[in-house]
Amino acid sequence: MVKPSTGNILVENLRKEFVRPDGQKVVALNNVNVNIKAGEFISLIGPSGCGKSTFLRLLAGLTQPDEGSFSLDGVTITGPGYERGLVFQDPTLFPWLTVYENIAFGLKIRNIYHEKKKDVQDFIRLVGLEGFEKAYPHQLSGGMAQRVALARALVNHPKVLLLDEPFGALDAFTRMNMQDELLKIWQERGTTMVMVTHDVDEAIYLSDRIFVMSPRPARIASIINVEMGRPRARDLPDFLRLRAIILQILDFAGKHEEIQYYL
Amino acid sequence: MSIINQTDKETGSINRVRFDFRTIIPALSAVLALLVHLFVPNSPRFTLKPLPYFTMALIAVIIVTFIFMVLSLFSQKIRDRYAYKSWFIGASILLINLLNIATLKLMLLPIIYFPNPDRILKVFVDDWAFILKCLSHSLRLLATGYILGALAGMITGILVGWSRKWSYWVNPLIKIIGPIPSTAWVPIALVSFPTSFSASVFLIALAVWFPTTVLTSSGISNVQNSYFEVSSTLGAKTLHKILKVALPAAAPSIFVGIFNGTGASFITLMTAEMMGVKYGIGWYINWQKDMLSYANVYAGLIVIAATFSLIITLLFRVRDRVLGWQKGVIKW
Repeated sequence: MVKPSTGNILVENLRKEFVRPDGQKVVALNNVNVNIKAGEFISLIGPSGCGKSTFLRLLAGLTQPDEGSFSLDGVTITGPGYERGLVFQDPTLFPWLTVYENIAFGLKIRNIYHEKKKDVQDFIRLVGLEGFEKAYPHQLSGGMAQRVALARALVNHPKVLLLDEPFGALDAFTRMNMQDELLKIWQERGTTMVMVTHDVDEAIYLSDRIFVMSPRPARIASIINVEMGRPRARDLPDFLRLRAIILQILDFAGKHEEIQYYL
Repeated sequence: MSIINQTDKETGSINRVRFDFRTIIPALSAVLALLVHLFVPNSPRFTLKPLPYFTMALIAVIIVTFIFMVLSLFSQKIRDRYAYKSWFIGASILLINLLNIATLKLMLLPIIYFPNPDRILKVFVDDWAFILKCLSHSLRLLATGYILGALAGMITGILVGWSRKWSYWVNPLIKIIGPIPSTAWVPIALVSFPTSFSASVFLIALAVWFPTTVLTSSGISNVQNSYFEVSSTLGAKTLHKILKVALPAAAPSIFVGIFNGTGASFITLMTAEMMGVKYGIGWYINWQKDMLSYANVYAGLIVIAATFSLIITLLFRVRDRVLGWQKGVIKW
């Protein structure tokens, strides 16, 4: 795998508040301090309202923190930028552009399309959508659209790729395929990956480290190191052990008595 | 119906020669119209000189419909389209036949205000050059006002839809000036502009401006925020966001505005021409009406119908090109 030197994120004393419609203040994130190393695959997992999407949006520069700072490779983040690509849960493709034009969008905006024209076709091939260059978004299935969204973010060769529950709207089979494709892309490019997910199995399958977050107050409850080689089999004892640990932290292990072992 | 299968020697495919009985309907209707015209006696109250034009026109229609019928035997594409329209074409010819009967043969309507088809055709034969000149003047006026109005509408709409500051100052203006019908501005336009041409351009532009700006600004302000966020993360700056995201996303709405403006521009054109232009198709109709030459009035109306319908068709062709990505579109 490519060992990158860029894509190091430092988060210091982060605090983000929201004002609810009824005037009450809600603390979305409080006193968050983490260091995401270059080329790492990080998952953020936690129940709704624990601030994980907020954290991602702060990283993307779409909102500003109330206290504290982010920096990417030593440069403070103040707004959005192509070096931090973002993939939403909804592919949000531009409906007036074809698949090819959607992916080429980032290059055209930065006026480097003519030099990097070849990249567009490379990425179309990478996400397996050859032959669909001239299709419009409304003609694509959910999985295909999400792949276009991935390629669109990647064409800018970002240092960091932020993914907000990218596979949440897909069926189980497509989801597993996309996870493998994402791993392949990650291993080839060495982009730092920060992914928000609801799916514990997905987090364990993909990540180097998992930030387990909990709400009220919103914070990172625990950071889990996943020290398993890849590819990971979802039925290995280590896998299941981590799963139980995480579910316990998230307090979803079930309300019945503790189970020691199965026969 | 006879079905003959022939193998095309060149391509090896089967080319079916087939007769669709529907394709004979238009020709039959035209032949019927001609027979009625020639052999049914004219009304005894009809004292004007008989004209050959209707006969000639019907013969031309018979020839054309016959040619299409023959072509339909051999070409599947022509056959499908022509056969489908045959009932309508036949009925239209029948309608003209009935008109001829009502005016020339039975004189059911006062001949001064409802001339027979021959007289209308005579207007085209005699005056075609003048009518064309009037039409070209009208189109020049229409195009100038339309383009200025559409551009002004889009620019105003983008400013108001994008910027809160512009919206604060300009929105009230739109709400007060816009609803005033363009024609109510005539007295002011006449004294404010040096020529009647420029005054008319102003009126037409105003009529197109209002719907265009309202629909452009609402189209722009309704663009979902996620498009802008995504474009930010791809490196877009403000100018990009306006031109490359907001404008294409709002394009369907902008088109609806322009389409509304087109109808308004036609109405305003007619009114503006009656105000005082040198030549124009609306002016022509009005002038002929004053002279009680109703055959000329009808001729003018036919020209207007054909031209404006064509303009709208062109507008929709442009729409199909530019907005081909839309899922559900207005059908024309």
